[in-house]
Amino acid sequence: MEIQQLQAIATQVRRDIVRMVSGVNSGHPGGSLGCTDFLTVLYFEFMKHNPDHFSMDGKDEDLFFLSNGHISPVWYSVLARAGYFPIEELGTFRKLNARLQGHPSVDKKIPGVRMASGSLGQGLSNGIGAALTKKLNNDDRLIYTLHGDGELQEGQIWEAALYAAANKVDNLIATVDYNGRQIDGDVDDVLSLGDLKGKWQAFGWEVLEMDGHNYSDLIETLNKAKNMTGNGKPIIIIMKTEMGQGVDYMVGSHKWHGVAPNAEQLQLALDQLEETLGDY
Amino acid sequence: MKQFEILGKKDTRSGFGEGLLEIGRKNPDVVALCADLTGSLKMDAFLKEFPERFFQAGIAEANMIGMAAGMTIGGKIPYTGTFANFSTGRVYDQIRQSVAYSQKNVKICASHAGLTLGEDGATHQILEDIGMMRMLPNMTVIVPADFNQTKQATMAIADHFGPVYLRFGRPVVPIFVQPDAKFIIGKADLLIEGTDVTIIACGHLVWKSIEAAQQLAEQGISAEVINMHTIKPLDEKAILDSVRKTKCVVTAEEHMLNGGLGDAVAQVLARHLPSPQEYVGVNDTFGESGTPDELMVKYGLDTPNIVEAVKKVIKRK
Repeated sequence: MEIQQLQAIATQVRRDIVRMVSGVNSGHPGGSLGCTDFLTVLYFEFMKHNPDHFSMDGKDEDLFFLSNGHISPVWYSVLARAGYFPIEELGTFRKLNARLQGHPSVDKKIPGVRMASGSLGQGLSNGIGAALTKKLNNDDRLIYTLHGDGELQEGQIWEAALYAAANKVDNLIATVDYNGRQIDGDVDDVLSLGDLKGKWQAFGWEVLEMDGHNYSDLIETLNKAKNMTGNGKPIIIIMKTEMGQGVDYMVGSHKWHGVAPNAEQLQLALDQLEETLGDY
Repeated sequence: MKQFEILGKKDTRSGFGEGLLEIGRKNPDVVALCADLTGSLKMDAFLKEFPERFFQAGIAEANMIGMAAGMTIGGKIPYTGTFANFSTGRVYDQIRQSVAYSQKNVKICASHAGLTLGEDGATHQILEDIGMMRMLPNMTVIVPADFNQTKQATMAIADHFGPVYLRFGRPVVPIFVQPDAKFIIGKADLLIEGTDVTIIACGHLVWKSIEAAQQLAEQGISAEVINMHTIKPLDEKAILDSVRKTKCVVTAEEHMLNGGLGDAVAQVLARHLPSPQEYVGVNDTFGESGTPDELMVKYGLDTPNIVEAVKKVIKRK
């Protein structure tokens, strides 16, 4: 797909995100907007997957696990735009009886979601487990996971990091959304991650870095990561992003981590985001 | 009264080890994970025969549970093994989100449950695990009574789709379940028929309840004994059928009174058949170091405690 086409999808996804959270006056727009370009590229350019016939087992498909489940709006929008479920269903986000729960769940059987997430730090373990099963099943497709940077404060992440390196889980590509912000403020102020690249390298991972809003860089780095699989080491990409990317008054502030825009703010946001594929 | 022959003596964890090996041979989708307690959990035989299906997680239980949940995607049936304390309290949130809420086919197998872990003391003697696990939606909770039943349950849970908590222990205890008995999840075993009182027990307390019933028979009291090996889903019919006849009940378990088998039985009776009930269990306290037998006596989980509870509850009819 041409970069322009991917960007058009991403712009529509950003419209979806602000409309979804504004519609129920709750949810997490900041991180969702920051990861929009990455998830768009991943689902529309990289992953081999089957939106028309979703199966929990995902045999011969690439699988994605969203560990930082609070950015569900971006995932739901990308899944809907990719064809997993009707786009109109985005309007049910966080509403009673909806399949689109505040944080991703599987018990309502929403296609595309294979694991509940929200309580942070669990998705890397889940991804490693799925990667081990792929190997047992001689299924050579890949596992992708996405994590928040604040989420790396959870101890389970580092248990998983140890395991994957020690056991050569080399069919997994993890990505960290490195926006430097969390609910209480800057990650550096709340609990600094220090030398993040050095930490992952010391744990025995291949570490790549990319700009999460530069499409050439996204495509190039993901290609590079894919080519590094199967070499005995797990791979992680530290992806620099801006929380709230695409909406000028949200960019770079932790204040929009978990706050929805009101009607006036929503209009301000929509004015900056062209309707490319049609609203839900 | 039906007499029970002691078929031998073994620890229930060894029943798990044998059951895991046998189900591993029968079902190639069965995989095992362990958090640095392979010998204690008796998982060595499985490891030896199926090294490619065994995953050593190290002392990192949260990651082990998370990986087990992920491994189900693609059709594997993961059995995780560690002590009951680290199988539940330590990883409650991982079980809650990645296993129970996510409806994953993970079998959480927990050894060294309760006071009979012995000398290691209260840090390891979990007495709250049944309560925690039975509160979780989608979770099945099984506490088998002896070596044979633990082996049978270990194999049976592979054919049940969904999360299971399987609890067993360390001490060598009498075997009385026949080696060819069929284990049915959610179907209680009526071991002894009686008319004066119903004793409902699980795990190590089942044999003690049989002993209690024998002593009571000598004193002219006819006790019915039910082995409630599945705490959830609970066999409500077995409870109600029995208590309708006997009009009173004693529950016995190696667990805290709060949240355990006794609570589960009381809920059923309160709704359908309010009846006098006495409890044998640990009363809101932590354990301590000691031999398993000493601890069971000190904390009131021995055969005489069941006999005493029966006499008390009969007076309340």
